Amino acid sequence: MSLETFIQQLANGISLGSLYALIAIGYTMVYGILRLINFAHSDIFMVGAYFAFFLIAVFKLPWLVSAILAIVLTACVGMTIDRIAYRPVRNAPRISALITAVGVSFFLENLGLVTVGARPKPFQRPDLMARVIRIGPAAISGVSIWVPILSIGLVAILLYVIYRTKLGMAMRSVATDIDTTRLMGVNVDTVISYTFAIGSALAAAGGIMWACKYPQINPLMGIYPGWKAFTAAVIGGIGNITGAMIGGFVIGLIEIMAVAAFPALSGYRDGMIFGLLLVFLLVRPTGILGETLKEKV
Amino acid sequence: MRKHLYAAYTKHLNTLLTLILVGILFLTLRWADTRLDDFTLRILRTGAVYIVAAVSYNLINGITGQFSLGPNGFMALGGYTVALLMLPLPQKKFVWFLKPLIWPFNSFSFPSTGLFFSLALILGGLMGALGAFIVGIPSFRLRGDYLAIATFGFGEIIFVLANNLIPLTNGPLGMKGIPELASIYWCFGWAVIATLIVKNIANSSYGRAMKAVRDDEVAAEAMGVSVFQTKMLAFVVSGFFAGVAGGLLVPLITTISPTLFTFTMTFNLLIIIVLGGLGSITGSVITAFSFAIASELLRAVEAPMNIGPIHIPGIAGMRMVVFSALLVLLMIFYRRGIFGQFELSWDWIRSIPAKVADKEVPKKWTREDTSS
Amino acid sequence: MDTGRHIVLKLSDLTIKFGGLVAVNNFNLEIEKGELVGLIGPNGAGKTTVFNIVTGQYEPTEGRVFLHGQDITGWRPNLIAAAGIARTFQNVRLFTGLTVLDNVLVSQHLRLKSHFLSAALSLPTYSGEERRVRTTAMELLERLELVPYAKELAGNLPYGQQRRLEIARALATNPRLLLLDEPAAGMNPEETARLMKFICRIRDEFDLTIFLIEHDMKLVMGICERIRVIDYGISIAEGMPDEIKRDPRVIAAYLGEGGE
Repeated sequence: MSLETFIQQLANGISLGSLYALIAIGYTMVYGILRLINFAHSDIFMVGAYFAFFLIAVFKLPWLVSAILAIVLTACVGMTIDRIAYRPVRNAPRISALITAVGVSFFLENLGLVTVGARPKPFQRPDLMARVIRIGPAAISGVSIWVPILSIGLVAILLYVIYRTKLGMAMRSVATDIDTTRLMGVNVDTVISYTFAIGSALAAAGGIMWACKYPQINPLMGIYPGWKAFTAAVIGGIGNITGAMIGGFVIGLIEIMAVAAFPALSGYRDGMIFGLLLVFLLVRPTGILGETLKEKV
Repeated sequence: MRKHLYAAYTKHLNTLLTLILVGILFLTLRWADTRLDDFTLRILRTGAVYIVAAVSYNLINGITGQFSLGPNGFMALGGYTVALLMLPLPQKKFVWFLKPLIWPFNSFSFPSTGLFFSLALILGGLMGALGAFIVGIPSFRLRGDYLAIATFGFGEIIFVLANNLIPLTNGPLGMKGIPELASIYWCFGWAVIATLIVKNIANSSYGRAMKAVRDDEVAAEAMGVSVFQTKMLAFVVSGFFAGVAGGLLVPLITTISPTLFTFTMTFNLLIIIVLGGLGSITGSVITAFSFAIASELLRAVEAPMNIGPIHIPGIAGMRMVVFSALLVLLMIFYRRGIFGQFELSWDWIRSIPAKVADKEVPKKWTREDTSS
Repeated sequence: MDTGRHIVLKLSDLTIKFGGLVAVNNFNLEIEKGELVGLIGPNGAGKTTVFNIVTGQYEPTEGRVFLHGQDITGWRPNLIAAAGIARTFQNVRLFTGLTVLDNVLVSQHLRLKSHFLSAALSLPTYSGEERRVRTTAMELLERLELVPYAKELAGNLPYGQQRRLEIARALATNPRLLLLDEPAAGMNPEETARLMKFICRIRDEFDLTIFLIEHDMKLVMGICERIRVIDYGISIAEGMPDEIKRDPRVIAAYLGEGGE
């Protein structure tokens, strides 16, 4: 591999990894609080991209305004899903909640197929993202630079919210012990709602940036990024936000670098990541940063 | 002593009644085979294959309470095994025209006879069981819902392999011209076998251990149940019958390609077992069969319709929207499904006259009782 | 070796840390065959943690657990159950979706001899064994006066009967040592009095050694032959009920907690 392609692929891997990280955070936050794999999270990601698409293409709003509005709308969708579908099954056996999540995921995908159609739509990206930037010998697309920067900015805001605000404190407390937190007079349902809102907003930002990176969107676009991001969350240690970020970068880099080094593997790209997941569950089930979640007896 | 004799007597009576029911089923099938058209027969056969898949899926999800998303992967393993074994040699040369098929499959094929077909099905089942074993080891070592993601990942790995391992699977094109061996007798025969075996397991001490693990892992382990072994057992048996179901499906539709076993297959099975009642074998049997028929009928929803002067264009994919909404609604409002954990059993049927005589209307379905 | 004194359970230097917290510190205890020993202490003193170490739910950071002289430290809970220790839980943990009879039958699974395939195919070898274990289970329910509920779902039983069923389920594993975690929790004085008689009765009838945690002092003082007191994971006293009642350290520990 020449230095030029190496730098290009590295930038590519980092930007892909930062997107996985953004999605993975949403999975890990919900899992940390509810012990629920929110299968619909990958479709929230798709919904975010579509909101932006329609705001830009149909309502002709400026790009940045559309993106911000799309993120807000998607956060509302996330909260609505929690309110309508997940809250009623919160005290049901865990398997019921998981089945509900699978149902919501399939519902969003198929609703997408029925309403906007299966045909991919071209996504208009801002000039900033399309511009080519030179680093040393390598020409790198603006997306590969801007995506990681924006992602890290978003994560910084998130970390501020979690560690410096009252809401963040409530979220951490709910994740540690939901019953005690409720007894202390915190409205747990509201905290969970906000968690869904934040996770969905990050997923929407990820979806919009994904659409900038691979400028075509379709209703099933969330499935693979979503599952890989969940894998990233597991590899980083499920329930752990820093772990989810590390996992995201690891997965993104492995995916891009393995294929760049061995082009013959390109067909196995998706399978590879899941293979990695199985290996990880076998050798280090708690993930890179995770600790064993002890069950109370 | 009298109690013992009575228990032995009811057990034999139950076996006899089951045999009679199976006999009646096969007479009905004979009638159907000669009288019904191919299209209808095909729906019935698909229904039977769904029974095999759904009943085995319920063993891990409903009875053992472990959320697997794996049946599509295990069915693919069984399907490809049967296809590779049963596809006649001349047809193999015709299918793999770009790259040659790898050894040993390029040098032999099973003759298209019932004996070899059943051998192929069992091998397909064993492949499914092996797949379950491999996924089970990392997933069951720890508590939590790792099985869901591991099984989904496994299904995707199988999909990727099926698309890329062209010398073995012929990639996205798949195989055509597989002998149509899965007659109505084969399909229903296996449906009966799978149902009886899973029901026997569920009612046995092993089944009780599985249900105990579902209800409370910590307590089950403290009472001497090996949680790992119990989950593994349920999962491997489930993988076996999923493999058999995949193996039946392929010679039913005579072709195979990676898209036959996507996640949608698992999703359909999930709806079936939830609707029938997680943990109810008889519920799964009834809903699996009804689902196969209903999803044919629901094709009408997707076709263009003319209601008087109003024309509604066909909306492809509407069925899945309905199904997924149905799944969520079931979970919220009717979690126990149609049958809950109730099992239709001879003992229950026998108890009806007594209940009617007592004028005691059962408030809810009673559970399987002690003498089964 | 056999001096007439037969140690059933021996805990030596048990210590367990969760993160920085030392939940149990250097805990030693020997229980003789047929004894009825109580473990008391204020809330959060580490009583249940000791039970969880004995039954294998937790692995101790240091120290060993011996059952009849055999080192069982770090064994999986199911193997410990098979070795002869059974327990109940502080907050009843029944298999709520199973019938009362099935709850008891689950505990007999560990002694099942029939192979899985003979159960799957319902072969006569399995059916015979199934009939036998059902008979045993029904006998047990009869001795514990639970027969009328045999076909009820465990989750539908009244609370008191659920507690009784949990003991029945533990007894069905055929234990030599029974651990009871707050058996009288949530019971009124009358029920507690009945429970005391019941515990003594099963000890004699099933030839058991019993180790119990309890908050109800009347129960502990009434039936235990020996009482151990712990506070903050450390043993602070041991003795006969009368000695414990007067022990200033025990009084301090309980009063220090807010006069409970």
